[in-house]
Amino acid sequence: MNIFNLTKIAYTALMRNKTRALLTMLGIVIGISSVITMVGVGESSQASINNQVSQMGTNLIMVMRARMRERGVSTGRDNVQSLKIKDVQLIEEKAHYLSAVSPVFNASAQIINGNYNWSGTIMGGNTELMSIRKFELETGANFTDDDIRKYSKVALIGQTIVEELFDEGTDPIGKVIRVGNMPVKVIGTLKAKGENQMGEDQDDVLIMPYTTVQKRMLGIDYIHMIMASAMSESVADEAVKEIETLLRASHKIKDGADDDFEVRTQAEMLEMMSSISGMMTTLLTAIAAISLIVGGIGIMNIMYVTVTERTKEIGLRMAIGAHSSSILMQFLCESVILSLIGGLIGIVFGLLISYGLSVWQGWPFIISTPAVLLSFLVCAATGVFFGWYPAKKASSLDPINALRYE
Amino acid sequence: MAHPILKIDNLRRTFMVGGEEVHALKGVSFEIYPGEFVSIMGSSGSGKSTMLNILGCLDTPTSGTYYIDGISVKDRSRNELADIRNHKIGFVFQSYNLLPRTSAIENVELPLLYNNKISVRERRERAIEALELVGLKDRMEHMPNQLSGGQQQRVAIARAIVNDPVILLADEATGNLDTRTSFEIMSLFQELNGKGKTIAFVTHESDIATFTSRTIMLRDGHIISDGKAEYRSARKALEEMPPDIDE
Repeated sequence: MNIFNLTKIAYTALMRNKTRALLTMLGIVIGISSVITMVGVGESSQASINNQVSQMGTNLIMVMRARMRERGVSTGRDNVQSLKIKDVQLIEEKAHYLSAVSPVFNASAQIINGNYNWSGTIMGGNTELMSIRKFELETGANFTDDDIRKYSKVALIGQTIVEELFDEGTDPIGKVIRVGNMPVKVIGTLKAKGENQMGEDQDDVLIMPYTTVQKRMLGIDYIHMIMASAMSESVADEAVKEIETLLRASHKIKDGADDDFEVRTQAEMLEMMSSISGMMTTLLTAIAAISLIVGGIGIMNIMYVTVTERTKEIGLRMAIGAHSSSILMQFLCESVILSLIGGLIGIVFGLLISYGLSVWQGWPFIISTPAVLLSFLVCAATGVFFGWYPAKKASSLDPINALRYE
Repeated sequence: MAHPILKIDNLRRTFMVGGEEVHALKGVSFEIYPGEFVSIMGSSGSGKSTMLNILGCLDTPTSGTYYIDGISVKDRSRNELADIRNHKIGFVFQSYNLLPRTSAIENVELPLLYNNKISVRERRERAIEALELVGLKDRMEHMPNQLSGGQQQRVAIARAIVNDPVILLADEATGNLDTRTSFEIMSLFQELNGKGKTIAFVTHESDIATFTSRTIMLRDGHIISDGKAEYRSARKALEEMPPDIDE
């Protein structure tokens, strides 16, 4: 019995009952499509996290004030004043692995233009903040070192603020808006970046020279954080160590004592976020896999019924010269064809669904080749595994009894 | 005389039913020669079904010998028996046993699918040839449910002859058909026999047996008579039949 004849026999047998074949496949279709969807969603959200994190800036390194601990209880970092402008200057001068460094201030204030007002996020930085955080100019120009020296009241605004404060078609460049009570001239707009993984609107941002935020708005002498860019990803670890060494020395921290700052890299953030999404993906995929097993049992069920129903056919095939192995192979082949076609349909459905989801969520759409190949293998294995028992039953029938079966 | 196609000698078949031995065949011997049209007759319980199963290599005798086309079927494995059935025997059943929702030609091709030596093209050609022989060439693509009982049995006969067997085994092949159609089928068998096919026809109807050239009567596991006679022409019987009978 060659494989071609076998496939033909199995195929024609299945085609005799198309509706049943389709219904039998349904379980596998659902199982595979949910596995593909879950893996697809996992990969897409992973890619989206990677995207978002790298959008925050290539090789971004953040130096934050350490959280304060009182008797073992963390009380946050809001009141910590450990980072100063001189730290930034020190890093700028001494660090070898950094391509850019900027002090960063965060504030929020009511931003007003005529009748419009918007409670926006304010960021203060130096001229390099734009490149560190990967902001790009849509129109206008970045502020200058001169603006920083003069605490200039100038701002770059993100697209959300443009939309909230200006009528459509109005050019914001050169317009004066109010940030809190301070009149500020818009000198540039930023290109849209969309939402990040946590759902924060990255276009809801107004960037001003850090001196303006620090002195005119906040009136503080410490800084909120330092952001820097490592020259490349490969030197990110060295860059972190260098910053730690520099700051420990300048903050006169004794060996063994805790740092009064915290250095985080983009890689760490990536790891943290992917571990959460990875866990979710694993969980959902496991649930999907269960539905695949249920689908397989569905196939086994139907094949079992089919064998009983087609006892006479089996008897006939044996009478006209089919070996037991041919019968076994025929029924195995039928269940494998069922599960493979079901799997193919499932893969198509799964990809469509994950495409739909990624469009809806704004994630990149990724076809995971290993997942597709694996599902295909799993399908074939499901067919063989769940088809074996009914096929074995069919092949061990006695031709005389099978022929007489009513 | 030529070598016999079937040769059985002192054939016995014993079944165990509920701890008791049942002797279905109690030492049966006969030979069938090429070109014979034999009917094996007997009432129910006479052992004719057991006989047919053994002749068809579906069952093996408890003792005694059975040669088909010079090959002993003693101590053959299931697969070897299947190959003998595939190459040497053509079955025609009472209830046709056609695969449902499968065209006539595909039904006829079926035995050849289990023979690896036959190419797709040869399979097709031989199936068409067999259908032509039974007069159903124009119904090749019809499904069994689009065919009458007689036509279905013709397809089954085509399926039985497609592998060019040394013997055709018919098991009450007219049992499900009305008299006229039965006669038509018998006429077809006679035609095939005229072309040199050897046929063994199991039946309990003596009327049908008159269309064969030799009748072996079984009763209680023994042969009680084995007589040859010129057979009655089924075609003539058909012509003599009043036209409205059984219609």
